[in-house]
Amino acid sequence: MKFLRNQLDKVKHNFEKGQKWEKYYYAYEAIDTFLYAPNTTNDIKGAQIRDAIDLKRLMMTVIIAMVPCLLFGIWNVGHQHFLAIGQASATFGDKILVGAIQVIPIVIISYGVGLGIEFVFATLRRHPVNEGYLVTGMLIPLVMPPDIPLWQVAVATAFAVIIGKEAFGGTGMNVVNIALTARAFLYFAYPTDISGTVWTYIGDAQTVAGYSGATPLSLAADAATTGENVVASFNSFGAGWNEGVFTLQNLFLGLRPGSIGETSTLMCLIGALILIGSGSGSWKIIVSVFGGAYAMGLFLNLVGGNAFVEMPAHYHLVIGGLAFGAVFMATDPVTATQTETGKWIYGFLIGLFTVLIRVFNPAYPEGIMLAILLMNVFAPLIDYFVVSANKKRRLQRATV
Amino acid sequence: MVKEGDSVKAGTPLFHDKKHENVLYTSPVSGEIVEIKRGEKRKLLEIKVLADKVVEHESFGKYSVSDIANLSVDKLKQQILNSGLWPWLVQRPFGVVADPSATPKAIHISTFDTAPLAPDYSILFKGQDQYFQVGVDILKRFTSGAIHVNVHNSSEIPTTFSQAKGVELNKFSGQHPASCVGVQIHHIDPINKGDVVWTISPLGVIQIGKLFLTGVYDASRLVAVAGSEVKKPQYYKTYTGASVKRFIDNNLNNDHVRVISGNPLTGVAIGKEGHVGFYDHQISVLPEGDYYEFLGWIAPGKNKLSLQRAIGLFSFLSPNKERVIDTNTHGEPRAFVQSGVFEQVTPMDILPTHLLKSILAEDIDEMEALGIYEVIEEDLALCEFVDVSKHKVQQIVREGIDLVQNS
Repeated sequence: MKFLRNQLDKVKHNFEKGQKWEKYYYAYEAIDTFLYAPNTTNDIKGAQIRDAIDLKRLMMTVIIAMVPCLLFGIWNVGHQHFLAIGQASATFGDKILVGAIQVIPIVIISYGVGLGIEFVFATLRRHPVNEGYLVTGMLIPLVMPPDIPLWQVAVATAFAVIIGKEAFGGTGMNVVNIALTARAFLYFAYPTDISGTVWTYIGDAQTVAGYSGATPLSLAADAATTGENVVASFNSFGAGWNEGVFTLQNLFLGLRPGSIGETSTLMCLIGALILIGSGSGSWKIIVSVFGGAYAMGLFLNLVGGNAFVEMPAHYHLVIGGLAFGAVFMATDPVTATQTETGKWIYGFLIGLFTVLIRVFNPAYPEGIMLAILLMNVFAPLIDYFVVSANKKRRLQRATV
Repeated sequence: MVKEGDSVKAGTPLFHDKKHENVLYTSPVSGEIVEIKRGEKRKLLEIKVLADKVVEHESFGKYSVSDIANLSVDKLKQQILNSGLWPWLVQRPFGVVADPSATPKAIHISTFDTAPLAPDYSILFKGQDQYFQVGVDILKRFTSGAIHVNVHNSSEIPTTFSQAKGVELNKFSGQHPASCVGVQIHHIDPINKGDVVWTISPLGVIQIGKLFLTGVYDASRLVAVAGSEVKKPQYYKTYTGASVKRFIDNNLNNDHVRVISGNPLTGVAIGKEGHVGFYDHQISVLPEGDYYEFLGWIAPGKNKLSLQRAIGLFSFLSPNKERVIDTNTHGEPRAFVQSGVFEQVTPMDILPTHLLKSILAEDIDEMEALGIYEVIEEDLALCEFVDVSKHKVQQIVREGIDLVQNS
């Protein structure tokens, strides 16, 4: 290890101010600090000791929290594939293999394109390469459909990083969640490619007789017009080729088609435990998103109207990407509210809007994406009111 | 006011405050001025006094308890100013030496210390009950409000403080920053714009009491020398401004250390030949952290102390274990990330992130609205410790205070 350090020290001076590779200092810094925690010590004045955590470790913790979703997603992509082509007896290994071949390239493209852009901007703009992309780069594949063309992943990632982040001044300055920007970009730029049967990877194989690529959300949206009971149509869906694919239990476990990482509520909850246990994610946001969605669901149940409105509220928590969004997207510290009180309001409104959009806007079956993007934009406003309340308390005290 | 070669007594003025010329800084011991160090723009850095074996004192007025009650406020102030004890009185907002002509709305005394490696005040001030009481009685004449003596709930309260008469006793509980007087004031009687509050350490009160009862400036004090690199951590009896050389020579486990006057959160690195700060009761010696750690950002460890439980940081499993903490920054500066930890370590109705951002933006109105008057560096020192993005929080706070003060 000494050797590596010596090599780094040998080239380091070339990147310092006034030297020939000065421009690339932050690219060098990124690699150096990745390999070695720096030898900097605290100032003569001020805190002489520091907490052992740094941003890299914090981000790594979030990635670890996503691993259950990723692994399950890989298996599930294979699982759904074999179900759709009528080979339900495929082995565990086969499913993992098919899933991995489909998912891993998406992950590589996402990291490759995103980190590449990040390094270029760090060099041009002379700012440190921020670790935030380590998380974004994993989030993007997890919200992609398994059958997405790789070039679309690349374009969406580039769009999200450049327009969603760098245009606003880089990490920490972006207004909306970057991974969701990528997803929303695809949604609006290539609508035909991100709807219909895209949620299951079929490949060159033939689908089994009676196969349908519908998702619970699209079924529920259909029910709104046909008036069929949503739960009944969930339970009877898949007859003949994948009986019971949309039972409540399956929906919770995530044995259904969908974006790579979003299907399993259970895996998202494991991720949530890691985030909350480690203190890396705000439990207030996670709890309040679920709470907001459930409360809105219950309210709609009371009001009634059509079959979707009357779908039991708890179904809202397990279909679509609500759980994934609540745990990994809404908690993004940059785009969420910055005040503790604000987090409750922010999360609750995300849950509420998700259900509203789902139920009343058939054009956009997935509400969580738009709800989070919408609340990202309103987060500063929520903070504004919370901060104003704090100032007001101080002011009132003074005049009493 | 003095030049090299002059001889001084304990209590002889060495220099005075530029803004308030009657605030004198006096020699803590008697001896000969051997060196005067100046920095840029002839800024005074150090005056070194070679101490005599037996300390000779300047004599100030000596009074009995009943005489003191009859002295006028001006006379009391004058004697404190002349003796060099006035700088003990620190004004809030801003955390600067108090203006002698002001009348504070209250005086606060924090009588315990929750900072890391902090000394036990029941040892520091043992047997000084009488002086403390007289000091409090004198200070009471300076304020229109009360003297707040703030004690810690869980430990046995030293009689010096619990038996003090004519004061308001306020109980606090919990860990650091419970002992920060700014945090205490926030909960007792928060500072608003235009308010002036004074704070003073118990030693200041005791020295003032002693000054009037004995007529001399007694600069002796106990200092705790502590930290992982000290062979024999113990209390030393010494004087204000004494060199730490005597305490740490042959008393260190290794040579590559940082010697800090004060506690590890708010102290100043003074070097091995440095001097005990006027307001400090402790010398902390920690290992220097100027090393590279291979893959240090992810390497796990039970000894990596952290408030958080991020991957690989297992310190939460054994919260009571003693750990060696060095001065490494454990990471590099990054943009603010709002992870909610600042709020966890700030037990005040203040939004630290917003306050810090308003300071960085130099927005004075915003700083005022967000509570800049209520804090000084030490109150937000823990934010600096826990900050993922390694900001210099205390430096930022001071810059904000300077901005507001000079506006």
